[in-house]
Amino acid sequence: MLRFIIRRLLTMVVTMFVISILVFIIIKLPPGDYLTTYIEELKAQGESVDETRIQFLRERYGLDKPGWQQYIAWITGFVQGDLGWSFEYDKPVADVVGDRLFLTLLLNFATVLFVYLVAFPIGVYSATNQYSWGDHGLTFLGFLGIAIPNFLLALILLYFSNALFGTSIGGLMAPEYIGEPWSWGKVGSVLQHLWVPVLVIGSSGTAGMIRRLRANLLDELQKQYVTTARAKGLHERRVVWRYPLRLALNPFIADIGSLIPQLVSGAVIVSAVMSLPTTGPMLLTALQSQDTYLAGSFLMFLAGLTVIGMFLSDIALAILDPRIRLDS
Amino acid sequence: MSTTEQAPDKLPHYVSDVAFEPGKQEALTPELEAYYLASARQMMWWRFKRHKLAMFSALLLIIAYLSILIIEVLAPYELHTRNADFIHAPPQMVRIFHDGSLRTPFVYPLKYRLNMDNLKREYTNDTARPQPLRFFCRGDAYRFWGMWEGNVHLVCPPKGGTLYLLGTDRLGRDLFSRILYGARISLTIGLVGIAVSFVLGIVIGGIAGFFGGIVDNLIMRLIEILRSLPELPLWMALSAALPANWSPILIYFGITIILGLLEWPGLARAVRSKLLSLRQEDFAVASKLMGAKPGHIIGRHLIPNFMSHLIASATLAVPAMILGETALSFLGLGLRPPVTSWGVLLAEAQNVEAIALYPWLLFPMVPVVVTTLAFNFMGDGMRDAADPYN
Repeated sequence: MLRFIIRRLLTMVVTMFVISILVFIIIKLPPGDYLTTYIEELKAQGESVDETRIQFLRERYGLDKPGWQQYIAWITGFVQGDLGWSFEYDKPVADVVGDRLFLTLLLNFATVLFVYLVAFPIGVYSATNQYSWGDHGLTFLGFLGIAIPNFLLALILLYFSNALFGTSIGGLMAPEYIGEPWSWGKVGSVLQHLWVPVLVIGSSGTAGMIRRLRANLLDELQKQYVTTARAKGLHERRVVWRYPLRLALNPFIADIGSLIPQLVSGAVIVSAVMSLPTTGPMLLTALQSQDTYLAGSFLMFLAGLTVIGMFLSDIALAILDPRIRLDS
Repeated sequence: MSTTEQAPDKLPHYVSDVAFEPGKQEALTPELEAYYLASARQMMWWRFKRHKLAMFSALLLIIAYLSILIIEVLAPYELHTRNADFIHAPPQMVRIFHDGSLRTPFVYPLKYRLNMDNLKREYTNDTARPQPLRFFCRGDAYRFWGMWEGNVHLVCPPKGGTLYLLGTDRLGRDLFSRILYGARISLTIGLVGIAVSFVLGIVIGGIAGFFGGIVDNLIMRLIEILRSLPELPLWMALSAALPANWSPILIYFGITIILGLLEWPGLARAVRSKLLSLRQEDFAVASKLMGAKPGHIIGRHLIPNFMSHLIASATLAVPAMILGETALSFLGLGLRPPVTSWGVLLAEAQNVEAIALYPWLLFPMVPVVVTTLAFNFMGDGMRDAADPYN
């Protein structure tokens, strides 16, 4: 097991390395760089350009060096904790990001928890009561959850909260805590605000999970050993819990690999709509204004989040499913 | 085990007197015979037909895709027609009763008044003068498919009146017509995108699944990496990288390819896992032992075995593309005006004020949700039908 974990850790490092190259290529794709845009903007506004300052920034980040040298400069700084320079905010990226990363992590973790807690009982119920009214209703709700893109759900909720209660459900904490240091009051406020985005982001993931668990469990329930178990007169609950559920659970756990990227994606756009103080809105503006290093840091962070999530799901699967051979 | 100790309520032992004829076959009813002789495709179709919701969705999608061919005729207005007198006008209702008597379909004209207290545009129905709609009439001039001039519409606004079925936007453009035109972009982008990822998925997944070993390992690592990347931020980054000076049509293809580029790993994975299990099957082993080449085995024996599954999962992936484009355009990173998709239209409803004052701007959501649902139901029906021998 330990060897398996170590090997998995190593592949994770390699994965992150490849991802970092991809991310770097992507953020460098747009023609020109932030400084050029910045100079042009200043010129268009008729302002004078401080050549020495521009030159200083250009040299510091090696913007006129070839791409791979820029990459090496970036990635060595990155692993040492220097996330680069945000041109737009004129500050180190680490300072700009603040506790956005933590809040993103919290938001995504809460959503994963929500998805599993809700999807598991509903999925089992749907499969064991196939074609009942409850199953039909839940399936329909699930389809709606998939079909309504979560940013639209966020918009609808914003509209209704505005129209019916006259309050805004945007944000992740009460206004008085924004920019304040962490305190118990702030934690409580965040927890109070957290459930709306969690619900919005988790809706489609939950629906998908329910469908998959239902399908997996139904597949298992059709197998002959289940018929045998029933024929032997086993109690229905025991028939379901003993093997089919355990077998159906494996894909359910393995699905975390596809669930997490989906949730992270959803969180980005929902955060932009609901103006949550997470990575989403800032990533959007950073991409639009070509704030290379800021965007790169966010992309790396989001990718890292999913890679670690997959790592955890692999280990959970290895523990749960004895059929998985650890050394192949 | 003895036959003599039979319980009295059981049937007595019975032996048929009819002579046993091993060569004689039981006659099949015509239906049963048709069932046994049916091709796999025929059985899939029968099975699919049983799925009422899937049939309905398929019909809906067929109608939708056919109608985007003649949007110019169906839409009462042209895509860019502006009417500065009716900015943010609310939806107008088509009615058939006026003063208690039945009439041909008509609308009440909108009366516009600027509320001087809050500078809000207020529209009221002028119920005194019903204006009958015109059908198969000449209205806004358009270029059919951007090529042929035309001005025939299925329905036109009344003479001197307006017909805003779903209201207008901030430039006084008819939202209903714009949603219809948006369908052309939004519906096709899903298909083109899925075509890109379908080809990539089959080729790459096929290679990985058939050869196994180090090739499989490498490809799976790559897939794992691609799948571990959250789609939307990557889509956002790639779309932001599309040069700003590209023409709208280039952007359209750029976005399609970006959407397709990130969707293939799912399909490739499905192909691979199916191949891995199928190549162990006896027929595949037999074919290999008889000296068939890999390409032949994959193309002739393995792919037909799960093609229907693949098509079903591709159908289920189309909504993701449509939603992806909608999300990108909504954020302002996807398609840009004048190209109009549902996402571009929704971008107008981005802030709470717009939604609160002009809730009809959210209407483009309806076709998005309906299409997504229809694709999901149809894909579900197809997946169930894909395995007709089950």
